[in-house]
Amino acid sequence: MDVLMLSRLQFAAATFFHFLFVPLTLGLSVLVAIMESLYVSRGDEDYKRMAQFWGKLFIINFAIGVVTGITLEFQFGTNWSRYSRYVGDIFGSLLAIEATLAFFLESTFIAVWIFGWKKLSPKMHALSIWLVALASNVSAYWILAANSFMQHPVGYVLRNGRAELDDFLAIVTQKWAVLEFVHTVGGAYILAGFFVMGVSAWHLLRGRETALFNKSFRMAAVFALVFAVFTAINGDLSGKEVAEKQPSKLAAMESHWQTKKAAPMYLFVVPDEKNAKNAVELFPIPGALSFLAFGDFSAEVKGLSDIPPADRPPVLLTFLAFRVMVGLGTLFIVLAVLAWLKRKKLEQNRWLLTILVWVIPLPYLALQAGWAVAEVGRQPWIVWQLMRTADAVSPIATSQVAVSFAAFILVYGLLGLAAFYLIFKYARKGPAPLAAAEGR
Amino acid sequence: MLETIWFVLWGVLWAVYFMLDGFDLGLGALMPVLAKNETDKRVIYHAMGPFWDGNEVWLLTAGGVTFAAFPATYAVMFSSLYSALMLLLFALILRGVAFEFRGKVDNAAWRGLWDACLWLGSFLPALLLGVAFANIFMGIPFDAQGVYQGTLFTLLNPYGLLGGVLFVLLFMVHGSLWLAIKSDGELAARAQAMAKRLWPALVGVAVVFLAATWVSTRLWANYMSNLALWVFPLLAVAALLYNRLAMAQGAWWKAWFASALTIVGCTFFGVAGLYPNLLPSSLDPAFSMTISNSASSPLTLKIMLGVALVMVPVVIAYQAWAYYTFRHKVTEEDLAYEEY
Repeated sequence: MDVLMLSRLQFAAATFFHFLFVPLTLGLSVLVAIMESLYVSRGDEDYKRMAQFWGKLFIINFAIGVVTGITLEFQFGTNWSRYSRYVGDIFGSLLAIEATLAFFLESTFIAVWIFGWKKLSPKMHALSIWLVALASNVSAYWILAANSFMQHPVGYVLRNGRAELDDFLAIVTQKWAVLEFVHTVGGAYILAGFFVMGVSAWHLLRGRETALFNKSFRMAAVFALVFAVFTAINGDLSGKEVAEKQPSKLAAMESHWQTKKAAPMYLFVVPDEKNAKNAVELFPIPGALSFLAFGDFSAEVKGLSDIPPADRPPVLLTFLAFRVMVGLGTLFIVLAVLAWLKRKKLEQNRWLLTILVWVIPLPYLALQAGWAVAEVGRQPWIVWQLMRTADAVSPIATSQVAVSFAAFILVYGLLGLAAFYLIFKYARKGPAPLAAAEGR
Repeated sequence: MLETIWFVLWGVLWAVYFMLDGFDLGLGALMPVLAKNETDKRVIYHAMGPFWDGNEVWLLTAGGVTFAAFPATYAVMFSSLYSALMLLLFALILRGVAFEFRGKVDNAAWRGLWDACLWLGSFLPALLLGVAFANIFMGIPFDAQGVYQGTLFTLLNPYGLLGGVLFVLLFMVHGSLWLAIKSDGELAARAQAMAKRLWPALVGVAVVFLAATWVSTRLWANYMSNLALWVFPLLAVAALLYNRLAMAQGAWWKAWFASALTIVGCTFFGVAGLYPNLLPSSLDPAFSMTISNSASSPLTLKIMLGVALVMVPVVIAYQAWAYYTFRHKVTEEDLAYEEY
C-alpha cells in the first residue's frame, strides 16, 4: 500500500472512531441540560439524579470524543499537507474559528460542570451544562460548514495557485452546510434518544428505579420521535441537493448506471461494478428515483456510465452504506412511534423494552453509514471537482504512515474497549442512591 | 502588516499554551516522584482536573491558527514533524483519557495503568514540544517544495534534545509550584522542595541553551538589529530569578506567576528571533517558510482577526473565572465526591 491509501485508511479509521462518540455528546448534552433545568425549576430530586446518572455516561463518552478530535485537525497537516496548502485559506480558518468560538467554551464548562456540583449555585451549575450543549452543537456547525466546502465549494477564488477566500458568508451560510448540519445533528439526537430509551428499558425490565427511568424514557421518546421524522424529511431535501450538485454520488448511492428519464428505483439490487451494470435488479418502482431526486417522475437522472471511470466513486460501498442508512432511518421512525404510543404503560410492554435494549447499536451503525455515503461518495475528489484526493496527500515516507496507522488501530481499539466497558458498567450500575446524590 | 499581527498572535497562542498546559504536563510527569500513596495521587489528579482540558484547547487553537493564518507553514511543519507529532497526539490521547477513566474502576491494576498513561502522556509531550520548538528555532531540512529530507532522528540532535530537557524542567518547576499551591501538608512540602531542587538544574540548562542558541541558530540576528527585543530574554531571566526569591519567601502564588512569566519570556525569545520566519529551512534560507510566503489571503486574515479580537478576551474572561472558582486547595471533600 502507498502513502495515499494508508493515509485514507488512517483518516477513515480516525474519523469513524471519533464519530462513535461525538453523536452521543451532541444529543445527551441537550438531554442532561433539560433534566438539570427541570430539577432547578421543580426541585424534584429525581431530575437531579437523572442529570447525574446520564451525565456520568456523558462524561465517559465526552472524554474520548475530545481527545480523538485533536488528531483529526492535525492529520490535515501531517497527512494531507498539499490539501492544507491549497485550501487552508478557507478550511483552516473555519477550524480555527470553531476552536475559538466553541471548543474553548465546551472544554472549560464541562470541567466546571464536573467539579462544580458544590461550588456553584444550582442555576449556575445548570447553565454550565447548557453552555456545554450549546458549544458542542455550535462546534458541529463549523466543522460541518468546513466539510460542506469539501462537498460543494463556494465563496472562493483561484488565485496564487490556491483557493482563496472570496465570500465568507457564502461559505458559512450555504444551503449544503445548513442541510448537512441539520441532518447530522438530527441523527445524533436520534442516537441519543435511542441510547437513553435503551438503557432505561434495560432497567425497567428489571424493575429498578422505575420512576426515574420512566421519566428518562418519556423524555427520550419525544426527542427520538421528533428527530426521526425531522431527519427523514431533511434527508429527502439533502438527497435532492446531492442529485443537483453531486450527480455521481447520487448515481453511486442508487447504483444507477444508464442515464434515463423516469428512472425507476429498484428495491433489490446487486451492483456489478466491474462490468458497469447491476447483476440483479428486482422490484422496480417506476419513476421513483426521478421523483426522489428531482421531485418529478419524468426527470432525467444521470447514470454512472456517463461519468468517466476516473471520476466515479466506489459504487458498492456508497450503495450499501446508503441502503443501510435509509433502512435504519425508517426503522427508527417506526420504533420511535411505538415507543411514544406506549410511553405511559412501558412495563406492560416488555417486548418493546426488550427490542429497544437491542437496538442501541443501530443508530451508531446508521450514522457511520451516513458518513460513508458522504465521504466515499465524494471520491475521487477531496474537494468536489476542485482537488483530487490523490493530489492532496503529503510527500512523506510510507513507513511513517504504516507505523502510525498501526498505532491508530492498536490504541483506538484498546481505548474503544475501555470506553465501552465503562459505559456498560455505569449504564448497568444505575443512578446513585438518593442519599448519595443529596450528599453532593 | 496583517501578517505581522498574526505572527505575533501565533507566538502569543503558543506562549499561553505552554504557560497553562505547562503546569499540568509538568505535574503529571512528576507524579510518580511526588505521590507517596493513593490519596496523594488523587489530590494531584484533582489539582489538574478542572483545568487541563481547557488548557489543551490552546494547543488546538495554536495548531488551528497555524493552519488558518499560515497554511503553507502548517503543511510543511506538520508533515515534516510527522512522527514526532503522532507521538505527541497519542501521548495526549492517553493522558486525556486517564483523567476521566482512572477513578471509574476500583482496582489497583486499572489505576496503575492510567497512572502510567498520565506519566507518559505528560512527560513525552513536554519533551517533544521542546524538541520540536528547538528544531524550529534552528531550522529543519526541507527543500524548495517543502519536502522534508530527514527522519524522526534528525530532530533528536543535541540542540533539539537540549530544548526538550529545557521544556521538561520548565514545566516540572511550573507543575511543582502549582501543586504547592493546591495541596496541603506533606504533599505540599514535597512539592515545594521539588521546585527548589529543580530550580538550579533549570538555570543551568537555560544558560547552556542560550549559549547553544548563539552557536546553532540565527535567532540572535534580530536581537542585534533591534535592541527592543531584548525585553523578552530579560523578562525570562528576571522572572526566573524572582521565582527563586518568591520560593524562599514561601510566596507560592507569586512563584507560580514568575514561572509562568519565565515560560512566556522563553517562548517570545524564540519567536521574536524567528521573525519573519515561521519555519527556517536548514538546507537553504531561501526555502524557509516566512510570514510573506505562507500567509493566508488578507481577507481571511482580517476576518480571523475580527473573530480573535472579540472571542479571545471572552475566552480569557471565562477561563479566568473558572480558575478563580476552583482556586482553593484540594480538600478531602473534593476527593470523596469521586466515589459516584
